[in-house]
Amino acid sequence: MSSWGRLSSALHETTWLQDRTSAADRISQTILPGIAIGNARSYGDVCLNNGGTAWRTRRLDKFISFDPASGLLECEAGVTLKEITDLVLPQGWFLPVTPGTQYVTVGGAIANDVHGKNHHSRGSFGDHVTGLTLLRTDGETIACGPSSNAEWFRATVGGMGLTGIVADAGLQLRRVNGPWVDSQVDIFESLEQFFELSRTQGASWEYTVAWIDCMAMPGGRARGVFFSGRHSDRTAPVPVPKARSAAWLPPVCVVTTRTSSLFNALYFRRHRQGVQRATQPYWAFFYPLDAISEWNRMYGPSGFYQYQCVVPEQGQLETVRALLEVIKASGAGSFLSVLKTFGARPPAGLMSFPMAGTTLALDFPNKGEESTRLFARLNALVAEAGGRLYPAKDAVMSAVMFCNGYPQAEQFRRYRDPGIESDMSRRLFAGRQ
Amino acid sequence: MLVIGATSAIAHAVARRYAARGARVFLVARNATLLATHGADLTTRGAGAVGTRVLDALDVAAHGAALDAAFTAFGGLDVALIAHGVLPDQAACERSVAELLDAFDVNARSTVALMSGLAQRFERQGSGVLAVISSPAADRGRASNFVYGASKAAVSVFAAGLRQRLYGRGVRVLTIVPGFVDTPMTASFKKGLLWASPEKVAADIDAALQRGFGVVYTPWFWRWIMLLIRCIPERVYVRMKL
Ligand SMILES: Cc1cc2nc3c(=O)[nH]c(=O)nc-3n(C[C@H](O)[C@H](O)[C@H](O)COP(=O)(O)OP(=O)(O)OC[C@H]3O[C@@H](n4cnc5c(N)ncnc54)[C@H](O)[C@@H]3O)c2cc1C
Ligand SMILES: NC(=O)c1ccc[n+]([C@@H]2O[C@H](COP(=O)([O-])OP(=O)(O)OC[C@H]3O[C@@H](n4cnc5c(N)ncnc54)[C@H](OP(=O)(O)O)[C@@H]3O)[C@@H](O)[C@H]2O)c1
Repeated sequence: MSSWGRLSSALHETTWLQDRTSAADRISQTILPGIAIGNARSYGDVCLNNGGTAWRTRRLDKFISFDPASGLLECEAGVTLKEITDLVLPQGWFLPVTPGTQYVTVGGAIANDVHGKNHHSRGSFGDHVTGLTLLRTDGETIACGPSSNAEWFRATVGGMGLTGIVADAGLQLRRVNGPWVDSQVDIFESLEQFFELSRTQGASWEYTVAWIDCMAMPGGRARGVFFSGRHSDRTAPVPVPKARSAAWLPPVCVVTTRTSSLFNALYFRRHRQGVQRATQPYWAFFYPLDAISEWNRMYGPSGFYQYQCVVPEQGQLETVRALLEVIKASGAGSFLSVLKTFGARPPAGLMSFPMAGTTLALDFPNKGEESTRLFARLNALVAEAGGRLYPAKDAVMSAVMFCNGYPQAEQFRRYRDPGIESDMSRRLFAGRQ
Repeated sequence: MLVIGATSAIAHAVARRYAARGARVFLVARNATLLATHGADLTTRGAGAVGTRVLDALDVAAHGAALDAAFTAFGGLDVALIAHGVLPDQAACERSVAELLDAFDVNARSTVALMSGLAQRFERQGSGVLAVISSPAADRGRASNFVYGASKAAVSVFAAGLRQRLYGRGVRVLTIVPGFVDTPMTASFKKGLLWASPEKVAADIDAALQRGFGVVYTPWFWRWIMLLIRCIPERVYVRMKL
């Protein structure tokens, strides 16, 4: 079993949870420790438990109820966001928050308290969860929500799967007129321009995100493309995306500094010359990477790292600039680099990743030592700025880096399920079980 | 449509396709809690109506009332799918005749009883599709699972005869033959290239229910794999480890 980054292959004793009623018994009967695996779309080791048990949750895929008048959905935790969209979009509803892939489960979205392009306007996934059922390995079942057993709810949202298994959850959806998104493209040629666009566009567009070319940096300035979007009034049905796959790729890494530079330069050119405003199918706007299944194979058998950090508002421009300079100097180009400002809403979970500030996400082919050396330099900058790393993407952060970024970790430990461990938890809570 | 063994992964994947089109579905299964969660899932997915009935297929005396309930719930029935079944432990069945017969009771005895009851009612109605899930294991006995295979062979042969008898009377009888499908029944198996998802198999079954004929292999290549296996001369076959 590997996660999305394909960095390692972990051996598990696999137990499929078949339905939410028998799940509690199954969990308490397995050899501990275990960890829940949703759809393994995390990049690092948050969902891996080498040598231990893996509870696969994907078969907990039953809807419980959906009220098309209020938009309240209840479902089991293995339901994917795609299954939800397929059901509710034709009825005029959409996910309140969605990450860049629709192939994640509700349980995974809660455990990492995932965010989308609308964090500045709607917060994170956990902000829209109305309640959940938590199964503990000692057989206890805890029903919790934002206002009942709230401390369990807050620990579980963003809790990296360590507080118990989420069996089912309620989700408040949001209304949309149709399946289209009005979008706007703006080019920026410095970080100052990026932050200016974030301010102006963020005020009037629900969704904003930027792609930056961290390989070119002409004159030391970052250039990139700023995307804004909002749900369109257009109601016509959207076309079905063409299915493409990268599964046929030879087992070598096709992402090199050269191919990345080329891709980034072409991407920038295309957008500079392309249309500025468009109305796109929702999947083209939200899930461009889903267009090619198994695209993670591009990075060959050694896999790849995703590095995602957030730095607080105060001094964000200087920190992001310093991070980009380190990356540029290292020569380790990132194929895809994403920059986004987060809003100031208080986090939904105790351990949630987002904070008011700016997040930078980068992909790097796994080059062993060379990669970890680069991360050490980036980490130093992030730590100094008072920022933190995103566990959903991480495979290497140290316990110290974790505790500095997440001072709530001490408080969180009280809610951990003693029967649950992951490769990540062993690393981050090292020696302090 | 009527689904017997409605908590089966394959059957539920088929029922979901009907639900998404707004069909009315009547679910029969032995576990009341699971029956309710499966019913709610189909309701949420858009089923026009969902009826449920708890039935242990081994309780043959209760078959008649359950089938009557299914036929009256929505005033007649277009499609019935029989999906319940067990995959017995071959070695255990070799040690214990009782276990062997248990498997036959579920896979063969209860299934032909239900098919017979459905055939009578469909014939009376003058229309209907009666589909039953058999297995490639029924095509030729193999040392590793011939108890299961033989119990399914009874179903296949029974279905073939029924198909002939009801031909021209408006009732279409289908034998569904899924290859390796990744479901709770096969949870402990190592999965490889030949394996299909319940959703993939359900798409084929759905198409077959609408306009298929005879014996339907899914995925399609199992028809040719099994043809080859049936062609192997007994003297060679007897030495093979399958
Ligand atoms: C292409 C791509 C784009 C992405 N874009 C974004 C983005 O924009 N924003 C963002 O925030 N993330 C993003 N991600 C990351 C992804 O959203 C998260 O890693 C998500 O948590 C994965 O969900 P999963 O169902 O695959 O869970 P897994 O990766 O299998 O598991 C993730 C965590 O959830 C836990 N878990 C899963 N199910 C349960 C359960 N039932 N009960 C308790 N714990 C459970 C696991 O133990 C683990 O800790 C992206 C990932 C990819 C591949
Ligand atoms: N999976 C494969 O590879 C494969 C291949 C070929 C054919 N098949 C056949 O496909 C059918 C569906 O199986 P599946 O793969 O979907 O597996 P499954 O999910 O395990 O389904 C088997 C179902 O049979 C039900 N059942 C067993 N005994 C019963 C009884 N006495 N009364 C009522 N219901 C009973 C079970 O009910 P509970 O939920 O209450 O246990 C379960 O819902 C079976 O007939 C199987 O033989 C499967």
